[in-house]
Amino acid sequence: MITVGLDLGSVTTKAVLVEGNSWISLIRPTGYSPRQAGREAFEELLGNAGLKRGDIGFIVGTGYGRISVPFIDQAVTEITCHAKGAHFLVKEIDMVIDIGGQDSKVIAVDRFGNVTDFAMNDRCAAGTGKFLEVIAAALGLDVSELAMLSKNADPIQTSNMCTVFVESEVISLLAEGVKRERIIAGIHQSVAARVAAMAERLGKGEHIVFTGGVAKNEGVREFLGKELGRDLLVVPESQIAGALGAALLAQEEVKLKSL
Amino acid sequence: MRPGSMKIFKNFRDLSIMDLENAKKNKTKIVGLYCAFAPQELVLAAGAIPVGLCGTKNEPIAAAEKVLPRNLCPLIKSSFGFAITDTCPFFRLADFVIAETTCDGKKKMFEFLRRYKPMHIMQLPQSSDGTRTFDWWLAELSVLKIKLEENLGAEISEDSLRQAIKLANRERRTMKRLHEINKIDPAPLSGLDLMTALWSNNFNEDKEEGIELVNGLIGEADEIAGNGTSPFPKGTPRILLTGCPVGLGSEKVVMLIEKCGGSVVCLENCGGIKTLGYLVEENDQKDPLEALAERYLKIPCSCMSPNSGRFELLDRLITEYKVDGVVDLTWQACHTYNIEAEMVRDFVKKDFGLPFLHLETDYSSSDLQQLQTRISAFIEVTGRKKQQ
Repeated sequence: MITVGLDLGSVTTKAVLVEGNSWISLIRPTGYSPRQAGREAFEELLGNAGLKRGDIGFIVGTGYGRISVPFIDQAVTEITCHAKGAHFLVKEIDMVIDIGGQDSKVIAVDRFGNVTDFAMNDRCAAGTGKFLEVIAAALGLDVSELAMLSKNADPIQTSNMCTVFVESEVISLLAEGVKRERIIAGIHQSVAARVAAMAERLGKGEHIVFTGGVAKNEGVREFLGKELGRDLLVVPESQIAGALGAALLAQEEVKLKSL
Repeated sequence: MRPGSMKIFKNFRDLSIMDLENAKKNKTKIVGLYCAFAPQELVLAAGAIPVGLCGTKNEPIAAAEKVLPRNLCPLIKSSFGFAITDTCPFFRLADFVIAETTCDGKKKMFEFLRRYKPMHIMQLPQSSDGTRTFDWWLAELSVLKIKLEENLGAEISEDSLRQAIKLANRERRTMKRLHEINKIDPAPLSGLDLMTALWSNNFNEDKEEGIELVNGLIGEADEIAGNGTSPFPKGTPRILLTGCPVGLGSEKVVMLIEKCGGSVVCLENCGGIKTLGYLVEENDQKDPLEALAERYLKIPCSCMSPNSGRFELLDRLITEYKVDGVVDLTWQACHTYNIEAEMVRDFVKKDFGLPFLHLETDYSSSDLQQLQTRISAFIEVTGRKKQQ
């Protein structure tokens, strides 16, 4: 049975096609229309696999745009899908920490990849990818340069977590002559502390997978590991974990129906 | 199948305005209440009509924020905004208002609000335990009785107070019976309909008519249950909603839980079962004020410290209503419920092993999308756990 998972995120659309234990995927920008992005990603994926719509047994949609795609069979939240996908990639996990462009979440997972509990910050951009982008811009950098530049720097305490106000705090610190790398390290540490506090409410995970765009930032990853007192696993496929989970849930759905 | 009488409940607040205006023309006094701690029996015994003034709508909040800080709970801002913009007919109709020193936000807001209406602020103790707090509260009830008599030009006799106690108890028993219909699985009433019916009770011009109307709804719900029908398919996760009060205008969490595939079977908040279970003792040998003081001090509100009654109540409700998951709603900046949420989380997860979701939000629609994601994920978890 062949199934497809579509993850319509705020920045990128991810599509995964699963057959048995093998899968193919693609990542495209979402743009302004999740509906169109979803359709295009789906058709491109079919083209890559040399398949037709009729060959696909079940499609699960996830991500914030899941409600705007009419051709999916079922919508499932990104929380459930992320857990499923991350568990498929790393079998022994019991926690997923995901920091994306607009929100951050911590998911506790059982040994089957099912969610047992979760916590989420989606009220503001504090501590997300957007937050780091704003900091990078204030420092005249690209977000991808932050980790490298601040390696081994002594973090300076910053007090603001608000994306708008932290920019002026950064500017005052620069005016005081504080080195850039120390400011970046401080910001990384504050992002990590915030997410770690959220994670600890769910109980400490033993095997934690770190996903989402911010997982690429080694600085945040290191501080987060220190805060939680354990190493975090980062897998190269972490960005497609949600879409992969969606396609796997679609597989389960098909099996359930054939019983 | 939706009960036909829900059509009346949906518009009950608007319909009752005319009845109250007529009552006022006939020289009946109207007394506004902000909270479940206000002893409505004293108002009834004075021959006046009690109406609820607790704000549940977003519209007047912008006006309130011209005076009050933005970082204040929406319930307080809504209540205040309604009053100062003269957009709440019930506030306008009220001859007198009873307020209480519950949380910090409310008691300071009342200092402003008393500029707009004759008001008495009751000094609520911070704990429901011990004789000293009881004696204090009893004295507060005596003061309120005198204030009501003075301001309404009425006398509150012992006999009329005993009558009022019987009437208010009867109303509570009826509303409790309505709420308890949702112990049936699947629930015959949606949580939204249950909430609407209970909330409408705030605006009753005539309690007897209100009881009659609720009895009608109970009859219809019994019939739905008897036919084995329900607004929900079998196996729908049964959710208990606890925390801050909800009403029409602030129903978004109830609405979203049911939109995302849950059934709100129990409302453990002050418009719901929290205040319905406690009756005033009807004992002719007992001082009725004392009986009132006992009953009102039992209300397990988070403004009390400690608030062990809430956990005893939750314990009972989770079992009786066969609850699959608990959602705890905190209105933004409601510190007491927000802090207590951590204790409720511990309690629900450790003692019952049930999924728990704490939400902090306001009356606006700005976060509907984010809330929907959280609530959907919560229902997914609860539903899967229920299947196992």
